[in-house]
Amino acid sequence: MAIEIEQPSVGLSKVAVSETHGEDSPYFAGWKAYDEDPYDESSNPSGVIQMGLAENQVSFDLLEEYLEQHSEASSWGKGSPGFRENALFQDYHGLESFRQAMAGFMEQIRGGRAKFDPDRVVLTAGATAANELLTFILANPGDALLVPTPYYPGFDRDLRWRTGAKIVPIHCDISNNFQITTQALEAAYEGAVAMNINVRGVLITNPSNPLGATIQRSVLEEILDFSTRKNIHLVSDEIYSGSTFSSSEFISIAEILEARGYKDSERVHIVYSLSKDLGLPGFRVGTIYSYNDKVVTTARRMSSFTLISSQTQHLLASMLSNKKFTEKYIKENRERLRKRYEMIIQGLRNAGIECLKGNAGLFCWMNLSPLLETPTREGEVALWKSILHEVKLNISPGSSCHCSEPGWFRVCFANMSEETLEVALKRIHNFMEQRKTARR
Amino acid sequence: MTQPLTLHEQQSNPPRQKSTGMRLIVPLQGIVQGRGGLILGTLIPCALFYFFQLYIKRNRDNSSNTPLNPPSPSSSSPNLAEIPRTPSRSSFPGRVGSFGPVSVSSRASLIVRGNDSPYYIGLEKVSDDPYEKARNPDGIIQLGLSENRLCFDLIEKWMMENVREAMVGSDGEHLSINGIAAYQPSDGLMELKVAVAGFMSQVMGKVVSFDPSSRVTEKVVSFDPSQIVLTAGATPAIEILCFCLADHGNAFLIPTPYYPGFDRDVRLRTGVELIPVHCRSADNFLLSVTALEQAYNQARKRGVKVRGILISNPSNPVGNILHWQTLYNILDFAQEKNIHIISDEIFAGSVFGNMEFVSMAEILEKEEFDKNRVHIIYGLSKDLCLPGFRVGVIYSYNENVLAAAKQLSRFSSISAPSQRLLISMLSDTKFIEEFIKTNKQRIQELHYSFVDGLKQLGIQCIESSAGFYCWANMSGLIRSYSEKGELELWDKLLNIAKVNVTPGSACHCIEPGWFRCCFTTLALEDIPVVMKRIRKVA
Repeated sequence: MAIEIEQPSVGLSKVAVSETHGEDSPYFAGWKAYDEDPYDESSNPSGVIQMGLAENQVSFDLLEEYLEQHSEASSWGKGSPGFRENALFQDYHGLESFRQAMAGFMEQIRGGRAKFDPDRVVLTAGATAANELLTFILANPGDALLVPTPYYPGFDRDLRWRTGAKIVPIHCDISNNFQITTQALEAAYEGAVAMNINVRGVLITNPSNPLGATIQRSVLEEILDFSTRKNIHLVSDEIYSGSTFSSSEFISIAEILEARGYKDSERVHIVYSLSKDLGLPGFRVGTIYSYNDKVVTTARRMSSFTLISSQTQHLLASMLSNKKFTEKYIKENRERLRKRYEMIIQGLRNAGIECLKGNAGLFCWMNLSPLLETPTREGEVALWKSILHEVKLNISPGSSCHCSEPGWFRVCFANMSEETLEVALKRIHNFMEQRKTARR
Repeated sequence: MTQPLTLHEQQSNPPRQKSTGMRLIVPLQGIVQGRGGLILGTLIPCALFYFFQLYIKRNRDNSSNTPLNPPSPSSSSPNLAEIPRTPSRSSFPGRVGSFGPVSVSSRASLIVRGNDSPYYIGLEKVSDDPYEKARNPDGIIQLGLSENRLCFDLIEKWMMENVREAMVGSDGEHLSINGIAAYQPSDGLMELKVAVAGFMSQVMGKVVSFDPSSRVTEKVVSFDPSQIVLTAGATPAIEILCFCLADHGNAFLIPTPYYPGFDRDVRLRTGVELIPVHCRSADNFLLSVTALEQAYNQARKRGVKVRGILISNPSNPVGNILHWQTLYNILDFAQEKNIHIISDEIFAGSVFGNMEFVSMAEILEKEEFDKNRVHIIYGLSKDLCLPGFRVGVIYSYNENVLAAAKQLSRFSSISAPSQRLLISMLSDTKFIEEFIKTNKQRIQELHYSFVDGLKQLGIQCIESSAGFYCWANMSGLIRSYSEKGELELWDKLLNIAKVNVTPGSACHCIEPGWFRCCFTTLALEDIPVVMKRIRKVA
């Protein structure tokens, strides 16, 4: 009997088999549970309610209204000459009209307190791509970016996977409401140096995800001073800038730079996207705004790997240049998010749960530490599991955001209808009631 | 921080030097063979080769001291509205100096040095001074961009009749943005995958042929939507595959001449090397397994791990279709060495003439090969004339590759409204059938006319049966049979004849004097104009 010789199967790369995509964390496990049993008002009222997805659905009707009234935006009209050029357009500079519209929109969000030059806008297919691209440009494999905790779980993948870069956490804790301090920055930097890791920059998210709070002016100044002292880059992911509940409370790093006359600004880069503020994540529109010419040139060329559809650019260019519409939208969107936020905060308070004081974003940062069996990561994961399987709510545990204090959870409130939010709050209320009676 | 720059620069230079050296040996051998006996026959060419190499090296060192070329766009369509310059001189935010004290990565530094390949320089020059029949008749005619403009009328007509519903959904009465606004799977909507799989079948599969006894034979190659990962263009598709199949420092074998963009797509961020497998005019630039074997062994000797072969079929820039026997040979070779095959079939729909296109998918459907090593690249930029919409396809038989590629696609996802539009267009199979047929006819017409025009000027092209271009032998027009001579001719064509073509050296062709001329941006009546221009330097 012949013995089969087994041919070794053809191998894949380290990148392909690496765990860096982080798909095993609870952040993603919760999504799976939701996918298998999704809540639906009528057909599956006992399903899992998705509160782990930071998506903005509260202002769709405003967009739909615009599109209904401006159908020429989504078409090229009868015999329009624009179509040909558009269909062929794959220039990595991006449609000039769209870049202008983006720059103008970013200015509007900041209440005109900072100016943006359309020629510094580099387009990418989403902020995910923008963050990765910046990391490729600013860091060599093995180099590190300092990122304050807690941070968006996706960074572990976006900043590290293909780039080979490292994340060194800047530890923040509840003692000062998770604000970034110079001591924490210095400690993180020294820690990296001690491990022979080359620090290339600091990456902050402002307003913060998952905290749902804007960074104060004095803290931004400190971070900028720190970056200048160490001669490293500063990336400010301002993807939630249009989702602050009140316009005046958000201070962009751009404003700090303008106040300083743009001195030392070539180390600063801003990431933005339309996925949160405009609720259009499916459109894949992101941007890198850099004050550094070299970075702009490089990012632009590298954006060949992640271009935005010319059709989408054309569609959004006309929408975003309509100042009347954008002003109305920004104001209305803020108002609706604020109302939602207040609704969930009140609802949680009624259930005996406190949250970090927030003023932005599509989520709140909830404190469930009193409920932990043990004040540890394991205790938190256990609590998360019971909320997922018993209460049927998918929320994000702080440990997946690398929070150093156990018991915090990020809860999204803008990706559902008000009715669904009511249902979720009721479930939480019942859950808390049950625990109270169980203890007596 | 300058030393790492130089290192990288040196690392990227050797392939050019090697090919130049080899380019000289070929004619030298021809001259010396048979004369002077064994000793002279070997000594003289060796000495001459040595001196010529020194000469070339000195010249290259000189040319690399010339000022950096202004940054130029990559394989992009010229944007008539603006000049591609860095924004350093505006009065606006940011300091004027672009070399502040804070440094960028070595990868970035490589890009900033500018891309001085004639491929990119030519594209930029055209965008500064593009030919337009009425408004700029003396402008530069673009023959360097393989873009298909021949069938826009068909697409425009379809758009006018179908577009509003196609993009934004409708709940009957009102527009509903919910469907396209929300997060979608990063590797594309299933409906689009189904539509694309169907399109690929139509393009590569059903071939109706009539033989003398009037029997109709039809082959069907089917593509499984679940084996598809969609990306924002074929550019990221290739890069993602490379990230999945090879580690930093590994290599892919690639037949020359090849599409200049691969140097960026495959190498830039992955750190994967491209090892040329030279093809020659004597073989019609078709790949031989002997050459593959040689290149593989040479790599092994250097200690470089070869992870796969990257082929383009139909080929770019030559326009060859690989014979099924060649595909078998490549599959055997890959099996023997246990490496991957990436088959870039992006021009599959541009096939005309008598030879039938055979996709890797077709072979694998029939034969017993290990499918896990085969991956196909496709896209809508060429066959559907819509490069701006950014639709690329990774088609793989390997579950693990698909899983990893799916994760990586999040960095290059297709915009949802474009997906919706294309689902609608591709599902209109009647329109698509008509389109494919008409497209092929028009390409063939232009191809015939263009090649004939060149023939009248005494310029022969490789006999090709696909692609938007022809591979022309202009060696008769160059003064010195070398890369330098070729680039001089390219320069004359660009600046005197004002025609932008792609020189073979940009495609790593080992024989000087070959040029790729794309004709699908022209109308039939433009061809005499082009020929008149070329005559100026012929």
